[in-house]
Amino acid sequence: MALLEIENLHAEVDGKPILKGIDLSIEAGQVHAIMGPNGSGKSTLSYVLAGREGYEVTEGSIRLDGHDLLEMEADERAVAGVFLAMQYPVELPGVTGMTFLREAVNARRKAVGEEEIDAMGFLKMVRAKAKTLGVTDDMLKRAVNVGFSGGEKKRNEILQMAVLEPKFCILDETDSGLDIDALKVVSEGVNALRTPERSMLVITHYQRLLNHIEPDVIHVLAHGRIQKSGGKELALELEQNGYADFVEAAA
Amino acid sequence: MADKATLPLLTAVPKTEGGSPWLTKLRRTAVENAERTGLPGVRTEAWKFTNLNALKALEPVAATGTAEIARLPAFADLQAVELHLSNGTLTHADAMPEGVDLVGLAEPDDAPDWVSETLGTVAETAPHPFTAINTGAFTGGIALRIRKGAAVETPILLLVDTRSLEGAGTVAAHPRILVVVEDGAMADLVEVHTGGGAYVNNAVTELVIGKDARLGHYKLQAESGEAFHIAMTAARCAANSTYDNFALSTGATLSRNEIRATLAGRHIEYRINGGYLACGDQHMDTATFIDHAEPDCASHELYKGVLADRAHGVFQGKILVRPDAQKTDGYQMNRALLLSREAEINSKPELEIYADDVKCSHGATVGELEDDQLFYLMARGIPEERARAILVSAYVDEAVDHIQREPIRDAFRAAAAEWMQKNIAGAPAEGGL
Repeated sequence: MALLEIENLHAEVDGKPILKGIDLSIEAGQVHAIMGPNGSGKSTLSYVLAGREGYEVTEGSIRLDGHDLLEMEADERAVAGVFLAMQYPVELPGVTGMTFLREAVNARRKAVGEEEIDAMGFLKMVRAKAKTLGVTDDMLKRAVNVGFSGGEKKRNEILQMAVLEPKFCILDETDSGLDIDALKVVSEGVNALRTPERSMLVITHYQRLLNHIEPDVIHVLAHGRIQKSGGKELALELEQNGYADFVEAAA
Repeated sequence: MADKATLPLLTAVPKTEGGSPWLTKLRRTAVENAERTGLPGVRTEAWKFTNLNALKALEPVAATGTAEIARLPAFADLQAVELHLSNGTLTHADAMPEGVDLVGLAEPDDAPDWVSETLGTVAETAPHPFTAINTGAFTGGIALRIRKGAAVETPILLLVDTRSLEGAGTVAAHPRILVVVEDGAMADLVEVHTGGGAYVNNAVTELVIGKDARLGHYKLQAESGEAFHIAMTAARCAANSTYDNFALSTGATLSRNEIRATLAGRHIEYRINGGYLACGDQHMDTATFIDHAEPDCASHELYKGVLADRAHGVFQGKILVRPDAQKTDGYQMNRALLLSREAEINSKPELEIYADDVKCSHGATVGELEDDQLFYLMARGIPEERARAILVSAYVDEAVDHIQREPIRDAFRAAAAEWMQKNIAGAPAEGGL
């Protein structure tokens, strides 16, 4: 059985249908990419998977490791192994990076009946991971994302992913707002987290990111449905022809 | 027009005859002012959001007797010299650090010149009936002098406690606090107000801050849930001084914390920050007035409120920039977080500017917790209740972090955390953030 199974997923926002029957199955260890024009439903899909309020599933199912995600709140999904790297990471004034990470790790441990993490060991582990992502001690001491550059925010997202060690990662437009150097650091960070057990769903508008994070499968999303799936060659095709074919085909 | 009610709070018959001429005159004028004005009514502009009917219905008696006062847990670790005012009476005083003079105000007739020359010169009684009542009726309190050039490292912790003893009924206390910081001197004063049962604490703190002096003045209002807390802080600052003021309110059924400062010299740095945390049916009124009388001064004001249940917050902040006060740099902001649909805030920021070369801004915001912040925390596995509590804590800490002395800041963070733990489900343990 695949790690993530999405069947006939329909979802709406404010009563407006956005996802209109998505079928997607991702095996453990695989990286899938979803590409699509603006307004195709890419970000909606990421929020529906993560369990954000206001995104109503009207039909279909999502299973992670056989568990019904739609029965879970956002925090329960995170504990079950879902991680959404946000397109626009949120600023948390007054909450330091270290506190945020510790709260997140301890929430997970509490949910599975483990003791709170040892503070010193945790600090060391976070610092080591932060270093490889170019996240400074200063960033960890400051309030989460407050005053961070676009690149710093995205690196911070990947650091959270590295610390929380989820089963299934959704990267929502992780390349947006990044220059080429920052893109490289972030992509290397993501690639370092690829394991035979962990799956990823990379959502992007541009092919550029997929040069750095090479997916096993690419899907084209338009009008709330997956219009086409294929290998790496599909990204190149899109790069040359754009999304016009898909936008018109389904219109 | 003010309500011309009798003055139920004027519990002690003031000695307006016989004593030292300066005190007799001060008391007499104060009582006249109080009787002329009466207690504020709903049509008194400065009190229009705070209904005092419940206070007026009380028939309090003078607070008598004294009780032991213990530190709140949040202040347990603060290294400080302690002063205790129980029901307005000075009941305990540690030895004061070098450079500090302490005088009790139970028998002010015999007070030294530095007291008689300053007491009542900053806290005006004509427009402020509660201050007038305090001035007319105070039976105790303290006067502190920080001598010229003295740098007092150890904070002075003043514990003010009011409670009815042996079935005395509802009591009213009028503690009086005077602090004179002479030129070039530095000190930190921490006021903690607590109590038990129903009572009225009508406190006046008067501050004279000299040239090149620095005063940190930090106040926690943690009165009993049935108490009425009416307080006036009045400060006059001289040139090149720094006044770091912070007030946190968590207690009382009804409280009014008024802070007035006159910046009467050039290059004064005035920091006035604070927070109000209210739940149940609490009513918390904060009124601040900053008088920029001279050029080149800066004032920074940030207040943050958290209002849960049916709590009602009031913030009235006025900045006056007089014609001479060119190059004034004034900032004022009140932010309120409403945690329930029944909670309420009245915010009235006000700028009155007569100088033409100034930089002043003010504002007020009212909001709920941000959905996207809540989702962000939950998407990392943190349950909703905990996520809300983390965001509220962080919100409050942002104001508390303005306290400039670190050990005192830690104590106030702990006090805020204590309130959170009692009143906000899922709140992180003290020091958790």
